[in-house]
Parts: sequence; C-alpha cells; structure tokens
Amino acid sequence: MKNLKFIIIGFLFGITMYMTEALSWFRIFEMFKFQAFHMYGIIGTGVVLGLIITWLFKSGKIKDMDGNQVKINDKAKTWPRYIIGGIIFGLGWGLSGLCPGMVFILIGTGNIVFVIFLVALLIGTFLYGALRTKIPH
Amino acid sequence: MMEILSQTWPWYVSGIAVSMVLFFLLWTGKEFGTSANLRVLVAALGGGKYSDFFDFPWKTQMWNLAFALGAVIAGYVTMQFIAPDPHFANISQATVDTLNADYGFNLTHGEVPMLPEFYQSWKSVLTLKGFIIIVIGGILVGFGARYAGGCTSGMAISGLANLQLPSLVAVIGFFIGGLVMVNYILPYVTNLP
Repeated sequence: MKNLKFIIIGFLFGITMYMTEALSWFRIFEMFKFQAFHMYGIIGTGVVLGLIITWLFKSGKIKDMDGNQVKINDKAKTWPRYIIGGIIFGLGWGLSGLCPGMVFILIGTGNIVFVIFLVALLIGTFLYGALRTKIPH
Repeated sequence: MMEILSQTWPWYVSGIAVSMVLFFLLWTGKEFGTSANLRVLVAALGGGKYSDFFDFPWKTQMWNLAFALGAVIAGYVTMQFIAPDPHFANISQATVDTLNADYGFNLTHGEVPMLPEFYQSWKSVLTLKGFIIIVIGGILVGFGARYAGGCTSGMAISGLANLQLPSLVAVIGFFIGGLVMVNYILPYVTNLP
C-alpha cells in the first residue's frame, strides 16, 4: 500500500476544499465577479506558502524522502498553448464553476451528475489528444 | 466541536492545506496536478489506440489516481459526517443580488444551497441549460486543461509557486476566459428554462 499516503493527502485536500466551499459553483461565480476575497485567499495562501516550500526544495534546504535533491522541470516557453488553452479552460471554469479536483470530491457525494461531468472532462481530454498535432502550441 | 466544524471553514485553512499537499508531493518526488489524472484515465480506458498522447506508461501515475481516490472518499465522509444538512454556501450579499438580478436565480442570502439546481440531479443534463453547463462546460475544462498543460493545481498553485512565466500566462488566460464567460455568455445560459 505505498499509495496509501497519497489517498490520505487527497483526503486532506478534499475535506478542506469541501468545507471552505471551493467546490461550490457559487464561489467560482463570486470569484469571477470579484465580490469576495474568499477564493483569492485560498489560491493566494497556497501560492505564497508554495513559493516558500518550492524554494526550500529547489535550494536543497529540504531533500526528498529518499534524501535526493528535488528537481522541478521548467515549463516550456511556447506561448500559444498557455494563452489559448488557458482561455478555453477559463471559459469552462466560469460556465461549470468546477475545476477538475473539485469533480472528484463531488463524485464522492454520490451525485451521478458529477460522474457525467467527469465523462465530459474525459471527452475534452480525449479531443485534445486527438487534435493535438493540428492546433498551435 | 461539530458545530464549529460544520460552519464554512476560513479560506486560510484551504490555503494551508493546499500548500501541505504541495509540500508532500514534492517531498515524495511528485508534482501537484489534478487534471493530469484525466489523461491517465483516458489512457487506462484505451485512448492510446487513438492518439499517442495517451500511449504512455500510465501505471506509473497510480499515485495520482490514489490522490483522486482520497478526494472521492473525502467527498463522501464530509457529506455524511461533517457538513451540515442542508449545507449552505456562505456567499456574499452582492453575489446573491447579482445572481437574482441578472442570472435568473431566486436566492435568499444565507440560504444559498452548495449546489445550484442544475447540479442537484443528473436529469438536468436532459435540459438545454444543464447540457450546456455540464457537458459543454466539462469538455471545455478537460480540453483547456490539457491544452494549457495544467489546471488550477498545476498552473495557478504549483506553477506560480515555482515562478513559471508560462503558468502566469495560463492563469491570465483562465481569468480572460472566466470573465468573458461570466459577464457576457453565462447570463444567456442561466436564464434558460
């Protein structure tokens, strides 16, 4: 069960996202209307603490669990995919109010509508794989 | 204790939890990226037969599926044992007013359900409104996440925390898309019967 620790960390992620309402369509709408600090607080705290954590690993002050230096690959600097792909993701995020992580949590509530949503996510992912060589990156 | 736990948790709890997830995944030699699971699932379902994008050793990504499984379990446990019933989303009065005035909602501040009615039953996918939000929305999110190379966790959190300019560009894209949708397209969708 070497994957048990990942189940536990996914559980921690899920429970906090649920109880801070980050999986609510209404919270994403509120974020895109700039009508509350809430979602910016969640993402902002994650980024600020993440900056420190990432720096601690990259500078070698913390090693990984096997004692090795952590290497994080830089993202390729080819711009169309980030701007076009980002806009398409944002259109979907604003419409559905759900990002992929939230869908897994919501499936756990037993509501079949989110299984249908997951299938739609998989269709979108498949379409990208099929069209990948024909669209600009 | 349960009474405190069942109220809306403050935003910094999730912010701290997200950074703990990031720490743990870096410490175990992984990268935080939830939508990468979608590629793993398509590969596991045999997508490699149709596109080499899905022809990769997906079984090495079982850890990420385990993460997703943990999130699914969290959804069940939270609903059953922690969240109040009914569970209200504690959104602002301004948001309630905007939704009621321009988006065809009829909400009462303090009694906004966690899920809008189009997410309360699978049958809403049979309506035009539900189909657009669930099916078109899901396809856009799935397509866009892979096209951009990540979603909120991989780009907005891990990428920005690693000072990646491409991640900043993608997050700006997320907001361009989200703002266009919410302000110029969504009213036509949510006002559908």
